[in-house]
Amino acid sequence: MTSSAIAQPRHIAGPLRSGGRASPAPGADTVMPKLLEVEGLTLQYKTPQHLVTATYRVDCAVHDQDRYVILGPSGCGKSTMLKAIGGFMKPEEGHIRLRGREIVGPGPDRMMVFQEFEQLMPWKTVMENVLFPMRISGRFKRKDAMERALSVIDKVKLTKFRDAYPHTLSGGMKMRVAIARAMAMEPDILLMDEPFAALDALTRRKMQDELLQLWEQVRFTLMFVTHSIEEAIIVGSRILVLSPHPGRVRAELDASELDFRSVGTPEFGALSQKIHGLLFEHELGHVPQPEEPEL
Amino acid sequence: MSMVSLGRGEGAALPRRPEFEIQPIDASGIGEVARPLSTLERTVNNDAVRKVAILVVLAVVWELYARWLSNPLLFPSFGETVATFVGDLTSGTLLDRVATSMRSLLLGYGAGLALAAVMTTIAVSTRFGTDLLNTLTAMFNPLPAIALLPLALIWFGLGMGSLIFVIVHSVLWAVSLNTLTGFRSVPEVLRMSGRNYGLKGVRYVIYILIPAAFPAILAGLKIGWAFAWRTLIAAELVFGVSSRSGGLGWYIFEARSELDTARVFSGLLAVILIGLLVESVIFRAIEKRTVQRWGMQN
Repeated sequence: MTSSAIAQPRHIAGPLRSGGRASPAPGADTVMPKLLEVEGLTLQYKTPQHLVTATYRVDCAVHDQDRYVILGPSGCGKSTMLKAIGGFMKPEEGHIRLRGREIVGPGPDRMMVFQEFEQLMPWKTVMENVLFPMRISGRFKRKDAMERALSVIDKVKLTKFRDAYPHTLSGGMKMRVAIARAMAMEPDILLMDEPFAALDALTRRKMQDELLQLWEQVRFTLMFVTHSIEEAIIVGSRILVLSPHPGRVRAELDASELDFRSVGTPEFGALSQKIHGLLFEHELGHVPQPEEPEL
Repeated sequence: MSMVSLGRGEGAALPRRPEFEIQPIDASGIGEVARPLSTLERTVNNDAVRKVAILVVLAVVWELYARWLSNPLLFPSFGETVATFVGDLTSGTLLDRVATSMRSLLLGYGAGLALAAVMTTIAVSTRFGTDLLNTLTAMFNPLPAIALLPLALIWFGLGMGSLIFVIVHSVLWAVSLNTLTGFRSVPEVLRMSGRNYGLKGVRYVIYILIPAAFPAILAGLKIGWAFAWRTLIAAELVFGVSSRSGGLGWYIFEARSELDTARVFSGLLAVILIGLLVESVIFRAIEKRTVQRWGMQN
């Protein structure tokens, strides 16, 4: 498995390229339909004391049905980037386009799944939580919404708990509700911000597997932020590796052939090693492909 | 805690112990895994039963003390008080007084809540609004409503207008303060979820902020209710009757000037009973159906 060869050449020079460049006109048909396009994205936010640059001139493109993982060390701005795509913050520089249209604010075409369990409305049952965004957006008729909710709750195996309130559910179940609620909306892209980070290791494994099964069934487009190399390889079909603070593109790798069953195979190990090298090259002393198996 | 105890000689191999694998033992011997609670246990667990028991004990203590004192002018017994209370209730005087008080109370409480809703909505949507509400609350919340009564009498004259003015004052700041605090403590992810659905403005406040902040809002409503009730009785005691029918405060005031202590007690009893009723029936029911069911409060 030589995944490095698949990385798009334009990303190799990513951080060095200037922001102003000729790009295809928005909405113009290219060979592969780009669902989401991020172009020269610089994100900054203010803390009471500092102005923090989270990402610097990041370019990437998510295609239809991608399981696109953003991977990077903590503080590399990956979550911030996902928030910007969700429309929760304005780029300092650059563009984010969904189907050729600039993103201006949060919207149900980009449903988000967060890490925290409080994202569910505690005053609504599982069923109501799933129904709520559909009702609010008014995109679905009452009966239609009901059927969709039932089917998606069934898909995440919570039919028995559909009238339960979130506080009675376990962490993994709450996460499934959040995923179900996002999927029922049939968003253009599903944004997941370290969704399994707060779960215990066994539940996390199960959830990763279930997410992949769900993807096999529905084939939605997924953007997934994680700081776990293993999770990135299992869940992702493409992995965008960001450099440490501020986040700049380091590589875009292919992992579409690797999933659960390949954990422990040489290919999995090699890719994991490679990513590890990309992420920690500074600490290891600028070795592009580190030999020492320090995991 | 010393570092020495941690050092166990690095590199020394742990002694080997045999591994094993067995089938889990038969667990059917436990009998029923879940057992229904006995009647006594359930009775003791019932809030209402425990509270009634407390009230009964208090009534007995009152009766015993009054009998021992045996001075009905200073401290009438529980029996006498209840007799006067029931007598006035059946004759209609007390009901009439309660109805008068309730009318001003509900009007003032309602107006106070409506104003609080407007103020907090403004406060939560603009920074200027937040500053305004914070400043006003800091200024007026410590000001006792009854201190405004003379001013109210000058502005609105002797009557319902003045009463409602002081009640609104006592409700508004307490409720606004609690609601705003509640809105502020809504978790960021929940807000983001709401905005993710495309909710904005008033719809965002109604569908996300109010239910998410409901425990704090409910606490504010309770405090506001208690403040309103207190202020009303105090105001009625001060300026007594308006037009012909006075409220509960007037009932107490009248009884005092006639040295009818049992009737004073009966008036106080009415105030207490209404307070208990609202707290343990109305607010309790709301609590059970909302914050407790949602797991936001135990």
